[in-house]
Amino acid sequence: MAKLLHMPEVSANATHAAIQNWTLKEGDTISAGDCIAEIETEKALVELAAEEDAVLGKILVEPGREVEVGAPIGVLFARGETDVDIAALLAKAGALAAANEPVVDDAPVLQPRAEVAPAIDVHSGRIFASPLARRLAAAKGLDLASLKGSGPNGRIVKRDVEAVAVAAAVAAPTSVSTVDFDEIPHSSMRKTIARRLVESKATVPHFYLDVECRMEPLLALREQVNRTAARKISINDFIVKAAAVALQQVPAMNVTWTETALRRYHQADVCVAVSTESGLITPVVRNADSKALSQISAQVAELAGRARDGRLRPEEYQGGSFTISNLGMFGVEQFSAIINPPHAAILAVGATQQKPVVENGELKVGAVLRCTLSVDHRAVDGALAAQWLAVFKGLMENPLGMLI
Amino acid sequence: MSEMKFDLIVVGGGPGGYVAAIRASQLGLRTALVEKAQLGGVCLNWGCIPTKALLRSADVLRLIGSAGSFGIEVGPARPDLKAIVKRSRDVAAQLHRGVSGLMKKHRVQVFNGHARLDGPQRLKVSGEQGELSLNAPHIILATGARARVLPGMEPDGKHFWSYRQALVPDSVPKRLVIIGGGAIGIEFASFYHALGAQVSVVEMAERILPVEDHEVSAHVAQALVRDGIRLYTGCALQGSKVEQGAVQLRLEGNSNETLQADVVLVAAGIVGNVEELGLEGTGVKVQHTHVLVDEFCRTGEPGVYAIGDLAGAPWLAHKASHEAVICVEKIAGQNPHPLAPRSVPACTYSHPQVASVGYTEAQARSAGKTLKVGKFPFAANGKAIAMGATEGFVKVVFDADSGELLGAHMVGEEVTEMIQGYTIARGLETTEAELIESILPHPTMSEAMHEAVLAAYERALHC
Repeated sequence: MAKLLHMPEVSANATHAAIQNWTLKEGDTISAGDCIAEIETEKALVELAAEEDAVLGKILVEPGREVEVGAPIGVLFARGETDVDIAALLAKAGALAAANEPVVDDAPVLQPRAEVAPAIDVHSGRIFASPLARRLAAAKGLDLASLKGSGPNGRIVKRDVEAVAVAAAVAAPTSVSTVDFDEIPHSSMRKTIARRLVESKATVPHFYLDVECRMEPLLALREQVNRTAARKISINDFIVKAAAVALQQVPAMNVTWTETALRRYHQADVCVAVSTESGLITPVVRNADSKALSQISAQVAELAGRARDGRLRPEEYQGGSFTISNLGMFGVEQFSAIINPPHAAILAVGATQQKPVVENGELKVGAVLRCTLSVDHRAVDGALAAQWLAVFKGLMENPLGMLI
Repeated sequence: MSEMKFDLIVVGGGPGGYVAAIRASQLGLRTALVEKAQLGGVCLNWGCIPTKALLRSADVLRLIGSAGSFGIEVGPARPDLKAIVKRSRDVAAQLHRGVSGLMKKHRVQVFNGHARLDGPQRLKVSGEQGELSLNAPHIILATGARARVLPGMEPDGKHFWSYRQALVPDSVPKRLVIIGGGAIGIEFASFYHALGAQVSVVEMAERILPVEDHEVSAHVAQALVRDGIRLYTGCALQGSKVEQGAVQLRLEGNSNETLQADVVLVAAGIVGNVEELGLEGTGVKVQHTHVLVDEFCRTGEPGVYAIGDLAGAPWLAHKASHEAVICVEKIAGQNPHPLAPRSVPACTYSHPQVASVGYTEAQARSAGKTLKVGKFPFAANGKAIAMGATEGFVKVVFDADSGELLGAHMVGEEVTEMIQGYTIARGLETTEAELIESILPHPTMSEAMHEAVLAAYERALHC
């Protein structure tokens, strides 16, 4: 008999988890105890072991995608079994979930209550809702993902939005008219940001290192490059490149912490924090150390553009070990950032400023950039972080070094 | 007396009853259907379908009459009433046989006879073959409705007709007065006018087709009057007498005339067939000749359900069929949605035709909604001009706040075939945005449906 494989609760109270990778592929034979997949939560990487002999019939969730605990992630066939109706199996699972709802009926019912599928497709994350329901929910500030659909196949329709709106209106205190503020309900993105940052600041032991980089050579090089370049290279593009090269030169820094092991990465994937209307997102520039500045520049611009449109694919903002957050364009001189889990470090970049500097015992005016590195002390010690920061500073101050 | 057991029994074989039986059979219920007259009910035998056959003949006659305007020369066309009626009866008979076939295909056991409730879960059926007792935990009553009879105007086939007699006339009355300006009255007005009768319509309300949008009523009234049909709206019937082979009808209200009629067709509403069903002493409640039901067609008596005309307005076959499906699915433990009354389309096959769904403009306004209303005339539609079918318009009513399509109202040629577009749009809860983004084929009259939506948002292209 074919069976659904469900996302286990890999760590206590985890509501979601992602498959890090499938160790087997569709059609592979499984013996009891075999590792089928590695599951990543924000706290742990856990092996999913087979409970019995089977065949991995179908993978329902691609690696990296977070799904709810208990959601189907794959289908196990019995050995020798073919021709399995996976849709029926999934529908049945939906029916079981719905069967817990109370059924109020006077007349005798001949068959079990029909299935009510969830409005959210577990594979694509698409929310099924009518255009009118979407518009009404938006107008009322309701998060569609929080609604239950009562339309065909669990589609969210007008009555579902109205039911929630009415319930909310009944529950709302009557004296709100005197209160001088607007309440903006949280979007699911906002909620995710809040949850992840609280988790980071509360569970990741941060420490901070500050450094000043002299920017004259980099500014000169940039001017020279931009004089002929089709696409203007920004200071931030240099920073992405320098951070990536530094990660390759100090590989012990290119790590993330998991409960069971320190994960050391082979390539330098650097995330860039992008502020959008709905919140913060960190698209990733992969292999940034080996990319040309023009490539980095083009990719960052393209990713940031799509991030602002909300059109990034999960693989474009997941992964990496290091984040860069740049507030220099707002004139911020220095700040310290919260680590973006599961990354081990984040570099907070301020504005390049004209400042008094002492050079060979003489007071001069210099172009100075202040950077603050926040580091996960579980994964990286102070001396190592300082070593990385020194390499980074060296690359910034002698930028030809990162181009060679 | 033998007793037979079923999972579900349907009483009445009209578009409510036979659809209920088919759906029940599809869901694996052992199903019986009791019909005392003909499978297919009024709709198929004495209503929707045979009238459409008659009206088609009227259309053909009218088209031939206007052949000259299409560059075709023909001699004068002469309707053969006998052949027209025969065609209509043949069409009904063909569909009646079709329903019988469907019952066999779905293994629904059909009993001919009159059924009445005979204690819990039991029906007594009396027919030609004697009496028998049927037993089922679920009994759906779908006995339909019949024309209201006005006192002193009981149908006699001579001076007073109901729709029944109007469907099988021996001759075309010279002067026909129709009591009732609703869908049935106006359809017969169109038919008999096309066949040469002098037709007058008496309506108590201030306008014909009173459930339709005001602009629709006004447009149809104008078209009928232009064609030579007399309309007496806002008029009550004061009295009638037959004198020298003609009926004298005294009116009171907007007109106090006395109308002379060779035949009076009474189309003044319908009453539910609630009698002789054994409802007395059960929990089934009857109000104004209709059985009271909840949103899943359950009556006050456990295991007894009522659907279609018996369960009240709107008296439309497609409403009956839809309720049939809801009722049976609920019985079978499925999770159907209650009927949404504002999503039931209504069609009148007059000349010009009328089709509508949802709120009229006035209903929407009195519901306190802020509206966006768009209207587009067929006179500005290329295909309509090419077809010589420029009569009428399309009107849409949107909720300005949410973009919900509240209602759509159409007058014109074959608009009854087009309203489904808006019905689906309403069912899918599309807003004006999706409708505006939809591509309608050119050249079609349906483009007017798109243009009306554009017009509501002040962006009509051809008007």
